[in-house]
Amino acid sequence: MTHIAIADQTAHLHHPKTFIGKYIWSQDHKVIAIQYSVTAIFVGLIALLLSVLMRLQLGFPGQFNFISPDAYLQFVTMHGMIMVIYLLTALLLGGFGNYLIPLMVGTRDMVFPYLNMLSYWFYLVSVIVLMSSFFVTGGPTGAGWTLYPPQSILAGTPGSGSGIVLMLLSLAIFIVAFTMGGLNYVTTIFQARTRGMTLMRMPLTIWGILTATILGLLAFPALLVSAIMMLFDALLGTSFFMPAIVSLGEPLNHEGGSPILFQHLFWFFGHPEVYIVALPAFGMVSDVLSVHARKNIFGYRMMVWAIVVIGGLSFVVWAHHMYVSGMNPYFGFFFATTTLIIAVPTAIKVYNWVLTLWLGNIHLTVPMLFAIGFIFTFTHGGLSGLFLGNVVVDLPLSDTFFVVAHFHMVMGVSPIMVLFAALYHWFPLVSGKQLHTGLGKLHFWGTFLGTYAIYLPMHYLGFLGVPRRYYALGDTSFIPESAHVLNEDITIAAIIVALFQLVFVVNVIWTLRSGPRSVRNPWGVASLEWHTPDVPPAHGNWGDALPTVHRWAYDYSVPGAKHDFIPQHVAEENVEYEAGGRRVGEGE
Amino acid sequence: MVIALIILGLVIITVLFHLYSPWWLTPIASNWGAIDTTIEISFWITGLVFIAVNCFLAWVVWRYKHTGKHQAHYEPESKKLELWLTGLTAIGVIAMLTPGLIAWAKVVNVPSEATNVEAIGQQWQWTFRFPGADGELGGADARFVTATNPYGIDPEDPKGQDDLIVNSHQLHLPVGKPVKMLLRSNDVLHNFAVPQFRVKMDLVPGTVTYQWFEPSRVGTFDILCEELCGVAHFTMRAQVIIEEEDAYLQWLNSQPTFAQTQRNPAPDLVAGKQLYSTCAACHGINGGGLAAMQAPNLSGLAAWYMDRQLRYYREGVRGAHPADSSGQQMAAMAKSVPKADDLHNLLAYVESLPSVAATSTLGGDPARGAQVYQPCVVCHGANGQGTAALQAPQLAGQADWYLYTQLKYFSMGWRGKHPKDQYGSQMRLMTSTIQGPQRLQDLLAYIATLPVSGSHQEQLARATIAEGTQQP
Repeated sequence: MTHIAIADQTAHLHHPKTFIGKYIWSQDHKVIAIQYSVTAIFVGLIALLLSVLMRLQLGFPGQFNFISPDAYLQFVTMHGMIMVIYLLTALLLGGFGNYLIPLMVGTRDMVFPYLNMLSYWFYLVSVIVLMSSFFVTGGPTGAGWTLYPPQSILAGTPGSGSGIVLMLLSLAIFIVAFTMGGLNYVTTIFQARTRGMTLMRMPLTIWGILTATILGLLAFPALLVSAIMMLFDALLGTSFFMPAIVSLGEPLNHEGGSPILFQHLFWFFGHPEVYIVALPAFGMVSDVLSVHARKNIFGYRMMVWAIVVIGGLSFVVWAHHMYVSGMNPYFGFFFATTTLIIAVPTAIKVYNWVLTLWLGNIHLTVPMLFAIGFIFTFTHGGLSGLFLGNVVVDLPLSDTFFVVAHFHMVMGVSPIMVLFAALYHWFPLVSGKQLHTGLGKLHFWGTFLGTYAIYLPMHYLGFLGVPRRYYALGDTSFIPESAHVLNEDITIAAIIVALFQLVFVVNVIWTLRSGPRSVRNPWGVASLEWHTPDVPPAHGNWGDALPTVHRWAYDYSVPGAKHDFIPQHVAEENVEYEAGGRRVGEGE
Repeated sequence: MVIALIILGLVIITVLFHLYSPWWLTPIASNWGAIDTTIEISFWITGLVFIAVNCFLAWVVWRYKHTGKHQAHYEPESKKLELWLTGLTAIGVIAMLTPGLIAWAKVVNVPSEATNVEAIGQQWQWTFRFPGADGELGGADARFVTATNPYGIDPEDPKGQDDLIVNSHQLHLPVGKPVKMLLRSNDVLHNFAVPQFRVKMDLVPGTVTYQWFEPSRVGTFDILCEELCGVAHFTMRAQVIIEEEDAYLQWLNSQPTFAQTQRNPAPDLVAGKQLYSTCAACHGINGGGLAAMQAPNLSGLAAWYMDRQLRYYREGVRGAHPADSSGQQMAAMAKSVPKADDLHNLLAYVESLPSVAATSTLGGDPARGAQVYQPCVVCHGANGQGTAALQAPQLAGQADWYLYTQLKYFSMGWRGKHPKDQYGSQMRLMTSTIQGPQRLQDLLAYIATLPVSGSHQEQLARATIAEGTQQP
């Protein structure tokens, strides 16, 4: 906050003149955010299609010629990796993070705009490298999104030649992109907040994005080194992860490496990654709930601390993904304990979301519907995590469909509910137009009910012991015929959910082309991003002078105030009170 | 309003689904009842939280929906309420974690009286090893793996000589006795899981992992690999047969020792040729087979493959289905060579016969068939030469009518359905990738184009060179 006087001036801003400067090689955080979002949603739709193909095989084994065992594993792998990294991480941080940080903390742009632009282009290159693996000999890797060596780089696994190399290269490029963006987000939030925007006045969205980005900056290097080490093993014949092995009858020239080392590195990244996705979602859903319930977020300080504590704990729970990996079983005591401790701050967040609605004035808008849906799906997914985290319960459930159902509820469906809440919520700010409410509600009901129809029963296949990543179940002594029928039903539900996403695509296209213009700040939001001179915000965001912040972001339904929200930049002396109304201080 | 009712409805549906779902934990068959108890406790606690939070959510949405008549309250926080909720949550977590950790302490402490049994995972098969009379397993390492020592047991280690080798996917264990499974892999990660035992542990190449359990009831249970181990991961299955001690010991004592499996006397090819004269009536002097007699091409087949098939015929694992008339005929023939030495000589002779290609009798498009063949490559080889390490026979040169019949039998369950037929059951799973008579014909047309010449050994060597030149 040291350079506010300079930041007030717009002269030093590099205003682009050409179309290419404005929309292609743009250094404007808003354009970069849209570039990130459009790319991420595009690859997300590909990953959605892959999930339908994989479900076709599981629901109707032997009915679809083109789904060979190779192809099935490739669909599984690419679906998982695209969704986790290239959709969720990119959209939440590269998309929403980029758009909202400067607007919510009151700055003209990211502190390093050029680096920010490079971040997107590196991300695009990583996506292109990843997609190119569909067109090389052997196709993309089919090693599962966890890419465990040795099998990921050995014959006998689809894409063990070029496919895995392109996957690892793409990840490395993505991590470079993330680092450039992430350093920007953290520096901007710490150094460029406007007058009066103390840390404890920041919206929870910013707290979520900030903590997630710090997690990413600390966690992604573990993935980067493991990707590089595996590339060396595959291409140069090193033995980081490769012990002496006889592969398909042929002895290999490796010796002394440890496959479990890779798993530790992978999950040291992989578990924080769950929160890299979850924390921005936690932040955004808090703001959506507060705005649309016209009520301050309940327990703001507790919510901030919960985000920070969850972020910290997420670095000491990683081996709960490895209870049955063959690591020293005594680790189980430590990791089960830390894992279940994380349930406490997480539960507090859930309570506070519901308590935010309690005594509120709930407007059941489309963003609010998605946010309420999120509370339900996240509660379900969080609670099933208590089974898997408890080391002994993980023995029967690990590697079954229970795991698949759990992580899809908690880090698939739940963040996506928030992403849709956020897209419907901020769309008027970004585009100046409001998405169609009727289509939005249709989209919500199809997605919410459809995904629950997929994942509720899937947990029970896991209790039964149905293993994941099986191309076909065949005959077993413990899987009854009814489980195959259930698999069919799940597939049908998955296809329906996928079709409902087209409603969203249609809604966006229709609204952009011929939707009516939105009123300014249609939801009556108090935080800064809705109070720019222009909507959508122009280059430089704030016109002549940066706003000054006088209060937290949650002054909704302040007793005595004339309006049911007081924007963050309104000073106490400018607040309109009703005659005889009571004046109150800040919520802080 | 609607959403409040639907949230409430989903809570009710979830509870009802839980209570009436036919899909639930399999009846337990081991000592790990404490795991099921922990799951039950977890269900009570998480279930109550699930119901409470979502019912409250539904009520709140219903009660505080915007009506234009009320304003939201302004109450930034309530420390007292938050502390209460934090405390209650912590108690719930402790109530789940405590029984979990107590049970885990039992899992990590293997009782000293537990018997050591080794499970060896190799893409995509299971085999097992028991300590011999000395009660100790000999050393083992992937570096010892050879064609004749496929599991990599240290040939110099005296402790390993009397180890019992179970060259089958059927593991027998006594009921009521603790077992420590030592888990070893020579290639990639695998996982030893038995759903009814509630056990699961990865096999990691380069190290030996373990877990212990005590089977609590007699029966046959599936062993599944549950760590993705390549394209045929889903076919990597075995069985554990829990039986009374007597039956178990009888089975165990019939298994060969490691030293016995390493004995390989020089075959007497003259005697083998003499024995073959019976077979020649149908399979031909040169072993090329005869379609009219429903006799397949034997030239180019490896001795280990024919040995296993003859054993299957003798034991009724193959050729027992009423629809498989030629198989029934072969089963009778197989019983006419009961002596191990005779068999050894006979098979050595057949293996020495030069490969001849059978004539193609069915139409089909080899170009399209090459695509269908892709899933087969990993085991049977790009040139159809077969891979001994994967127990996959040579396909090149084999008569297409025979392959057609066998693939049909696999898909119908007339072959490969017997519980002892491990590789047959893998083939049954794999034939599901062929799908449709046209693709089957194309596949066979493609296999007919694979080159054939020389003896089995020459064929193998040539195929290896051909594969080497294909790589850049």
